[in-house]
Parts: sequence; structure tokens; C-alpha cells
Amino acid sequence: MGADDGAEVVLRLDRITKRFGALTANDTVSFALHRGEVVGLLGENGAGKTTLMNILFGHYTADEGSVEVFGKPLPPGNPRAALGAGIGMVHQHFTLADNLTVLENILLGTRSMWRPGLGRRKARDRVGRLSADFGLAVHPDARVGSLSVGERQRVEILKALFRDARILILDEPTAVLTPQETTALFDTLRKAVALGLSVIFISHKLGEVMTITRRVLVLRHGRIVGEVATADTDRHRLAEMMVGAEVTAPKPTERQPGAPLLSLRGVCTPDRGNAPGLRGVDLELRAGQITGLAGVSGNGQSALAGLIGGLERPETGTMVLDPASHEAWSPRAALGAGIARIPEDRHKTGVVADFTLAENAVLECYAAAPFSRAGWMNWPEIDRFAARIIDTYDVRCPGPRTRIRLLSGGNMQKLILGRALDPGPRVILANQPVRGLDIGAVTFVHAQLIAARDAGAAVLLISEDLDEIMALSDVIHVIYEGRLSPGFARASKTPAELGVWMAGHGFAGAEHAA
Amino acid sequence: MRLEPIANPTALRLFGLPAAALALTVLIASLLALMAGANPFDTLGLIVKGAAGSKFALLETLNRATPLIFTGLAVAVAFRARLWNIGAEAQLYAGAVVTVLLGTGALTLPSPVLIPVIALAAMLAGALVLLGPVLLKTRAGVDEVVTTLLFNFIMLLFISYLLEGPMKDPMGMGWPKSASLEKAARLPRLVEGLRLHWGFGLALIAAAVVWVIQGRTTLGFEIRAVGLNIDAARFAGIPVNRVLVKTALLSGGLAALAGFSEVAGLKGNLTLDLSPGYGYTGIIVAMLALLNPLGVVVSAIFVAGVFVGADSMSRAAGVPTYIADILLATALLTMVLAIRLTRVRIRWG
Repeated sequence: MGADDGAEVVLRLDRITKRFGALTANDTVSFALHRGEVVGLLGENGAGKTTLMNILFGHYTADEGSVEVFGKPLPPGNPRAALGAGIGMVHQHFTLADNLTVLENILLGTRSMWRPGLGRRKARDRVGRLSADFGLAVHPDARVGSLSVGERQRVEILKALFRDARILILDEPTAVLTPQETTALFDTLRKAVALGLSVIFISHKLGEVMTITRRVLVLRHGRIVGEVATADTDRHRLAEMMVGAEVTAPKPTERQPGAPLLSLRGVCTPDRGNAPGLRGVDLELRAGQITGLAGVSGNGQSALAGLIGGLERPETGTMVLDPASHEAWSPRAALGAGIARIPEDRHKTGVVADFTLAENAVLECYAAAPFSRAGWMNWPEIDRFAARIIDTYDVRCPGPRTRIRLLSGGNMQKLILGRALDPGPRVILANQPVRGLDIGAVTFVHAQLIAARDAGAAVLLISEDLDEIMALSDVIHVIYEGRLSPGFARASKTPAELGVWMAGHGFAGAEHAA
Repeated sequence: MRLEPIANPTALRLFGLPAAALALTVLIASLLALMAGANPFDTLGLIVKGAAGSKFALLETLNRATPLIFTGLAVAVAFRARLWNIGAEAQLYAGAVVTVLLGTGALTLPSPVLIPVIALAAMLAGALVLLGPVLLKTRAGVDEVVTTLLFNFIMLLFISYLLEGPMKDPMGMGWPKSASLEKAARLPRLVEGLRLHWGFGLALIAAAVVWVIQGRTTLGFEIRAVGLNIDAARFAGIPVNRVLVKTALLSGGLAALAGFSEVAGLKGNLTLDLSPGYGYTGIIVAMLALLNPLGVVVSAIFVAGVFVGADSMSRAAGVPTYIADILLATALLTMVLAIRLTRVRIRWG
């Protein structure tokens, strides 16, 4: 496969199998990586991508099979050996020390404990050269804590290059980047392969895989189900391979928006630790409209979600609901006002993992009839309600008395969705509603949100995935450091134009980021 | 090392592991008996005989279990909500003080009215003792482990003051003890002629009530939700702070009933040695029962049996009674581990 089979093989996986109990995470996976190519590793959540890379990097030991790097067998279960052999990994979640400088982070772990000094001067020169060669602009003496997400990723890559990595593994590297930062990352990768490095690019974003890779390996249920040259395929066929079935993404039809159901005028909220609050936000959520909120994570999305969800109150400015709510603002008041909430972190705030499906289904409404009367729970009614949600929202589970911990993320999310949508809400706050879900579940959740919008609900969709925002939203706002851009009508802006806003340009009186 | 959850544990795992834990406990106790120069089989036999070998022994065990059921329930209720009430000892004494205050002549009512009034007043006192720490927790974020624990010492010193001062029995020959309860305030015997009193019956009722609250009421639902995932509970609109306050009132009230039942059912007056640490042992009882209110009854009887049996064994075999503490500590550690292992499997590497 691939354009030049003649190129040197730098990495060879031979029939790797890894089992976790009854689950086979990797099933006789074999492939070869050549010098100077970017190979895409594509697969849904749970397809076995991360397990495979953890085996390669020595975090796990394979049950069967072997790994060869530059023709030499790699001892299993030894990250140090993997590093020594020239494998560098950039994780989805960065592993940097915020309180150290860029240079110190790069040097961390490369020096013997017994040698005094870090050899900063030599190291600084080398980092400078690597930065220039690979197009990784970052100041070596900047504190990591003060860097943007894109810059931190550059530090991670520099860290790997500094250790003479010849093989770079990038795990979902674009999940946290703006479109511009993604383009810059791709430039770096092109420079790297031109200099003879090899890259494994792990992703579930088809567009990016089509752009940057030369070959694509598709994993499904732990097996390699496809290996194609990127030039010979397209997004649609890759999606089909990844899911194993025909995929059609739901699309909202044009619709005239109705009256505003929730309006914010000049709302500010306080910062919470590292998470910025809102700074003078004006926003209208209209009936029958999906409002998309784009932005790099950590720019005030949590504050806005907290405000609308009832966890946070405006410090200054006003929030107006239609019909008006007279209770003190709280989650219960929000629910009473007909606001449905799909939380960002379903495990942390969405469900009680050790509660049953039925208990989780009534977590927001247990206090009202018919689920309880005068303080007594009505379990038969609760079970019936849960059974109905399970049925209507296609939650795959053994039954309402199953502990929800045992469900997959997608099924958990369907229960949360059902719980939120069942009362027929007027406003829907969907915060990262499809994060970590497989394509089938994504399609389902999106279809439900569109159906709710068509039924007249005002939907606020918060997502870090610009493609998702652009596909579903009637109006798009960009959030940056707690400020909100004006609303942009559907299809009035390109991803690149939105990316400019996501990087902080265009906001009146804003400190512009680099 | 990783833990893998087991969806459907086998019967061998479900019953074998706790049995193995018990066997390990017995083995360790045997080694200790050997070290003390006694025959381990005799020693263990004497413990079992001392705890349940005769009608008298059995009733003694149930008597000893009574305060432990109350404090065990108090701890179980609070721990369910992840409210770490380490102060059952203080709440127990608060209940005892109120029992003495009202039962030594302050109220003259017929027994069937007087006893419930005293019990309710005792519960209120225990609830109030825990209210302070829990308000500090919900309002100011002060760790309740520290405040409830330290309250135990404040309460003991306060009792010491009362018994040397205002509550000292004028007929007590100078001993630091309170006056005795009126006859009308005393809990009747459960079985005529035997030492077991109605406190034990009340403890069983309390366990049943707590069980019903946890499984059938909105309060129980809220308590469990707050304990299992406070963030999700708050997000879902459960009034977390109010739930914690209600939990504290319930927990403090239950612990106070231990003091009430010991004074009104057994001792008849208040001394500084009313409780040999029932408040703390309640934590062991509740943990062994996995915080299940009906399990608390079983584990309280087990724990009481070990204490009573060890006392009697010690007199007969000359092995120190400390073996009871070691037995309980070992039983707690191995049993908690064994029960955890019925749910998860350990994978090395």
C-alpha cells in the first residue's frame, strides 16, 4: 500500500492483540509505518486507537504480537525504551508543568539526577534551531501557564523532537485548536516529514485526515478494517468504513425564528479559578432557532452554561426569561422555567454513576408528582417513566434497574437527553452534547436537537467542534475570554473567518492574541 | 494495578470472600491467643460461648448491641450523604444529659407519655449538637471531620463539669454521678425478669425507620444522591445544603437515642463512663454493615458479641481482652476488602 513501498520501514506492528477481560481492544493489528509519511489512524471512540498507541509507547503490554522500531524489536511495557528508540507521543491532554518555563519543561526528565546544572545555554540553542526548522514558534523562557493551548501543543512537540523522536504520535491533536492553529500544526507536520520523520495522526475528524495524511488505517472494534491511500478515498467512504454502515448526518431545514425566550443584556459573571466569567454578554435565544456558540475551550463557555443552567447568577446585567421567572435563580428555578440542560461532563455532573437508570431519569423531577407525593417516592411510576425514556430515546440497556455506570457514554447521553427533552422544554442548553460519542449516537443526538428546534424550542449549542456548530446552527456567536461576538447567520462566515474571531480578533477593545 | 468492575459476581466470590475474611480474622486471633500462651481453640470457643452460649450471655450481647445499633445508624445515615460525623459520642452524651434533666423529677407525667417526651427531647439535643458543625460546613466550608471529632472532647469535659457541679447527685457520696431517674422515666424490660430493656426494641424500630427513609422517601433519595455525586445532585437542582442539614438532624438524633437508652434502660443515671466509646465503635458497626441500616443491626450484634465474649473469655482463659479490639479491627479491614473484591477484580500491571 502507499505511494512508495520502497521507503524504509521505521515502525512495524505485528499481530498485536490486547484483551481487557471479555473485551478485545486490539485484535491482531498489523501495519508498517514508512520514513517520511503521515499515516492517519481513524476510528470511533472505543475502536482501540488509544490502546494501540499505549502499547506502542509501553504503557500497556500486548497479550500477543510484537513491535519493531528501525528493525529492532521494542521491549514491551517500557516507556523509556520507546522514548530511547525514537518514539515521541503528544497526548490529547498535555503533560506539562504550568509553573515551569518552556525550556524547563522540555528539559524535564532528560538530565541525570547526578549532574549539576541543566545545560540551559546549549539546550536553548537547540530548541531555537528546532523551533525554526519545524515552524514551532514559542518563546523558550515563557511560563507554560501563560501560554495558549496551541502554544502548549507546540511545546509538547518540541519536547518530543528535543529527545530525537523520529516517529511522532499525535493523539487527537486538533481537538483544542482553532482552524488557524490547525493549519499551523499541519505546516509543522509537513516540515517534519520533509525532514524524514514519520507521523501517526490519530483522529476521528475526517476532513483533517483527508488533508494531512498520505495513508489511512481505519480501526473498528479493535481490528483494522481498512487501509487506503488518502488520494483514493473520500470522507464519505472513510465514515462508512469507520462506522461499518451508511451514514447520513441530519440537517436542519430553513425555518423562521420566533420570539426571544431568553435574553441576556450586558451580563457579567465572576471568574472561577482559571475559567473566565462573562464580560458584558448580550445574547438572545429565539424560539425555533439553534444558536451555536463557537470558541476554544476555557473562554467562558462554562460561565454561560452555568448562568443559563441555574448554577450561576449575573453579577451585573440582566437575564430575561419569557415567561418571567420570579424565583431566586437556581437549577430548580431553571428547570421550573422550562430550561433543559445537557451538561458538559456527563460523568461528573450529568448522572450519579451508582444510581440506576430509573433513579437518574428522575434526578431533576423526583420531587414532583407523580414521581413522589408528600415526600414518598412512587417507584412503580418512576420505573414506568424510565422505561418510556429508554424506549423513546433508544437507550440500550438491560433495564431501568441497571446501574448507569455500566452503560456506554452514548447510552448515558441518550438517557440525559431523554430526561431533558421529555417535559417539552422551551429552552435547551446543550453543552458539548456529543463529546466522546460514536457516530451513531452523534447522529441521534443531533436529530433530537433539530426536532426540538422544529417544535419551537430555543436551543443553545455549545461545542468546541466548529464543524458541528456550522452544521447545526441557525446563528453562530463566538466566545473569547468571556466576550461574545455578534451573531452570524448560517453560512455567512467561513471556518477561517470564524477562526479569526476564535483567536480573539474583531472584539471591540480586546487585547488581541497572537 | 488496576481495578476492573465485575458485573455479575459468582456465588463463590459473593460468599467465599467474606468467609475467607472471617477465616483470616480467626487465624490472626488464634495466633494472638498462642502468643498469650493459651490454646487458640479453647480461646475462640470461650469467646463464642461467652457471647451466645447461654440465654444470659445472649441477652447481655443484645443489651450491649443496643447503643451500637443507634450510633451505627447515626454514622450510616450521615456517611451515606458523605457527611463525616465522627461526633456520635458527643451526641450520645447530649441525649443522656437531657434524659437525666427531664427524668429526675423535672417533668411529672405518666410513664407512657413521659418516656416518648424524653426520647424526643434527647433526639433534639443530639440533633442540635451536630447542627453547629454542619452549618459551619455548609456556610463556611469548615471540615466536619475536625469539628465533630473535637466536639466529643468539649462534650466530655462539659459533662465532667456538670457531674462535679450542677448535676452532681447530692446523695452520691461525692462520686461524680447524676441523680437517678424516676421510676416513671425508666424503660421497662423487654422480657419480664431479664436484663434486656425496651431500648433494644426501639433500636430495631429505628433501624426499620431509617431503612424506609432511605429507600422510600424523597429525603432518602436526596441523601443518597448527595453522597454518591454531590456535583450531579447540585446540577440536578437537589438543595444540597438543606439535605445535609436534614441528614445531620437525623444522624444526631439517632446517636442521642443511644444515650437515652443507656440511661433510661440500663444505668439509670449519668456517669462519665456511660459510653466506652460507643460513638466511635458506631463507625466500625456502620462500615461493617456497608452503611445498610438493617445490616447495622447484624453488625452491631456481632461487634457486641465479640466484646462480651472476649470479656468472659478473658476471665476464664487469662488472655487479655484487647484481643476483642484486634479481632474487630481485623474483621473490619478484611471484611471491607473482601466485600470490595466481590465487586471488582484486581489486575496487576
